[in-house]
Amino acid sequence: MAKLTFTGGIHPYDGKDLSKDKPMKAVLPKGDLVYPMSQHIGAPAVPIVQKGDRVLTGQKIAEAGGFVSAPIYATVSGTVKAIEPRRIVTGDSVMSIVVENDGLYEEVEYGPVKPLEELTKEEIIGLVREAGVVGMGGAGFPTHVKLSPKEPEKIEYVIANCAECEPYLTSDYRRMVEEPEKLVDGLKIILRLFDNAKGILAVEDNKPDCIQILKKLTANEPDITVKALQTKYPQGSERQLIYAATGRAINSSMLPADAGCIVDNVDTVVAIQQAVREGKPLMHRIVTVTGDAINDPRNFIVRIGTNYHELVEEAGGFKSDPVKIVSGGPMMGFALFGLDVPTTKTSSALLCMTKDEVAEYEPGPCIKCGKCSEVCPGRVLPNKLAVFAEHGDDEQFLKYNGMECCECGCCSFICPAKRPLTQMIKSMRKIQLAKRKK
Amino acid sequence: MSDLMKVSSNPHIRSKATTSGIMGAVCVALLPATAFGVYNFGLHALLLILVTVASTVLTEFVYEKLMKKRVTVTDLSAMVTGLLLALNLPPAAPLWIGVIGGVFAILVVKMLFGGLGQNFMNPALGARCFLLISFTSIMTNFDCDAYTGATPLAALKAGESVNVMDMIIGRTSGTIGETSMIAIVIGACILILLDVIDLRIPGTYIVTFVIFITLFGGRGFDTAFISAQLAGGGLMLGAFFMATDYVTRPITKNGQYLFGIFLGIMTGIFRLFGPGAEGVSYAIILGNLLVPLIEKMTVPKAFGKGGERV
Repeated sequence: MAKLTFTGGIHPYDGKDLSKDKPMKAVLPKGDLVYPMSQHIGAPAVPIVQKGDRVLTGQKIAEAGGFVSAPIYATVSGTVKAIEPRRIVTGDSVMSIVVENDGLYEEVEYGPVKPLEELTKEEIIGLVREAGVVGMGGAGFPTHVKLSPKEPEKIEYVIANCAECEPYLTSDYRRMVEEPEKLVDGLKIILRLFDNAKGILAVEDNKPDCIQILKKLTANEPDITVKALQTKYPQGSERQLIYAATGRAINSSMLPADAGCIVDNVDTVVAIQQAVREGKPLMHRIVTVTGDAINDPRNFIVRIGTNYHELVEEAGGFKSDPVKIVSGGPMMGFALFGLDVPTTKTSSALLCMTKDEVAEYEPGPCIKCGKCSEVCPGRVLPNKLAVFAEHGDDEQFLKYNGMECCECGCCSFICPAKRPLTQMIKSMRKIQLAKRKK
Repeated sequence: MSDLMKVSSNPHIRSKATTSGIMGAVCVALLPATAFGVYNFGLHALLLILVTVASTVLTEFVYEKLMKKRVTVTDLSAMVTGLLLALNLPPAAPLWIGVIGGVFAILVVKMLFGGLGQNFMNPALGARCFLLISFTSIMTNFDCDAYTGATPLAALKAGESVNVMDMIIGRTSGTIGETSMIAIVIGACILILLDVIDLRIPGTYIVTFVIFITLFGGRGFDTAFISAQLAGGGLMLGAFFMATDYVTRPITKNGQYLFGIFLGIMTGIFRLFGPGAEGVSYAIILGNLLVPLIEKMTVPKAFGKGGERV
């Protein structure tokens, strides 16, 4: 049988050995915690506490600002110190609730939970919404919206995205090794929402141990299959994952539901499981702190809102001066001005690099080698799109399928002339999206 | 604000491939053909190669200095052009031919159109055709110390018999680098293994050409005739090293097949029905001119719009 995969893609150095064998370790924050009101796609959350209020761990401090939005919970006990704009990983200033940690970790009483069998579909989705669960793979799309497609009976596959194709990231891997039962249980909960759906655990084949563990756990689950996908970046990209796992292809203007699929990342599925089984809101996530500048690369169970500084300290600090610090993976993460930003629901990793490969090279002229179009998972022509972007040629950019780019970074990675292709195309896409809104 | 870190948009890592690395690989891949040319034709051929390469590299350097542009000779593309041009010269051509050809290739065909990546015609071939038209007698005189008389391809066209084995090994007259099919194919294998080129263009080019001469060569499927046609002239050098030139070939996959088919047909027409025995250079140059059109016709379908299965 042909390997499950997609056309295009790259094989960068994966750096996962740095942290893959380090068990998850809980980190207790010492300093203030910062909760940006926008940790998801959609309307910002609305604060429901005021400066000076005492809050408890697990207490809701911000309400969803609309249907496509998610509430936010305090992850420590303490006092609301300020509600003010704070810098987040993207460099933007976002209205945030700042909580001074009192170090007591007093927790609220979570409401009684009904057994899964007694919950209706609406109740399950309600629990997920109330818990503030969003896509934790990076996009931050509110999960309850994803779980409420127009025609739920047409959903045929629920895919747990266990690819973790970004180099250096090992947070999903640790979750699968250490708490696979939560992942499988979470998938079973989602399957209850869709009567005609089968579950797929889609894992890249560079994680044979995970595949084995998950296969063993699902041996008696006829509705769940484990699929080993070829290890290749960006295998975890939603469209490429759906294609590899089911053979169905969607373009940028379609939703996974249009192909009868729902896709959720490992940590998201676990968050759903905790919301439904324990009634607990989303308060923690796994963050890989790694890179060759870090003394002791690790996977931490982080209380959302913890400052990145503290995570670096927990990982033994820097062994040499970092030149570039990235929130997320090296392919799609955000480079940080500084460490003084909070972790959010979508922070998967903190990557500290001792060299900046991007700055090492001077971009040269395009020699039309075609490597960019060879590796492009969106099957477009990045070199041409970049030229159209440079010239501000909207018409040609759209005609050459510029909007089908998923900004995965493969073209910039592979380009021998070191041209910033992804960057140029990304800027143009932003302009086009803004024009659409007008 | 002292300790702000460097930021840039994703991705934050780069592959090790560089333009100069690719050009260097092409130079290395041309070494077998170059070495065989020198062995076959003697010291003058080596001198001619060195002078031509020096001419292309110096032209680029001087032009960029005069125009106050960034000097780009370290990307090795001028060296590739010089080497390719030299391999396309008759072994006994005077050294000034190499100098003029080198200047024309870089100055007129490449730099005046904007330098690397902007030329619409393969510089080495552009220069060769310029020399062929301007200095026809020198460029078509393949007599040298080692060989006299017609090239195997010309002999073939005149209806004489040729030794195919000699042609495959390269012990015949011709331009410096085109005679040895074996040396060229070794170089091509290096490029294919290093993932610099693939077989799409050379493969379609050669297959189309074989089909064409089988249909219209008047000899049917005559293996001796076909192998002589394949091993003779600039077909191998052209198919593997000139038609695959990144800048002047279509970037789309389907476009590359079309390009190969076009080259095969044109080479067949020139060789069978043209006045001369050779036609590879003109075929490729004509193909180069069609590239923008071919690319426009063959824009691939995007993922999710029918292009996912390729």
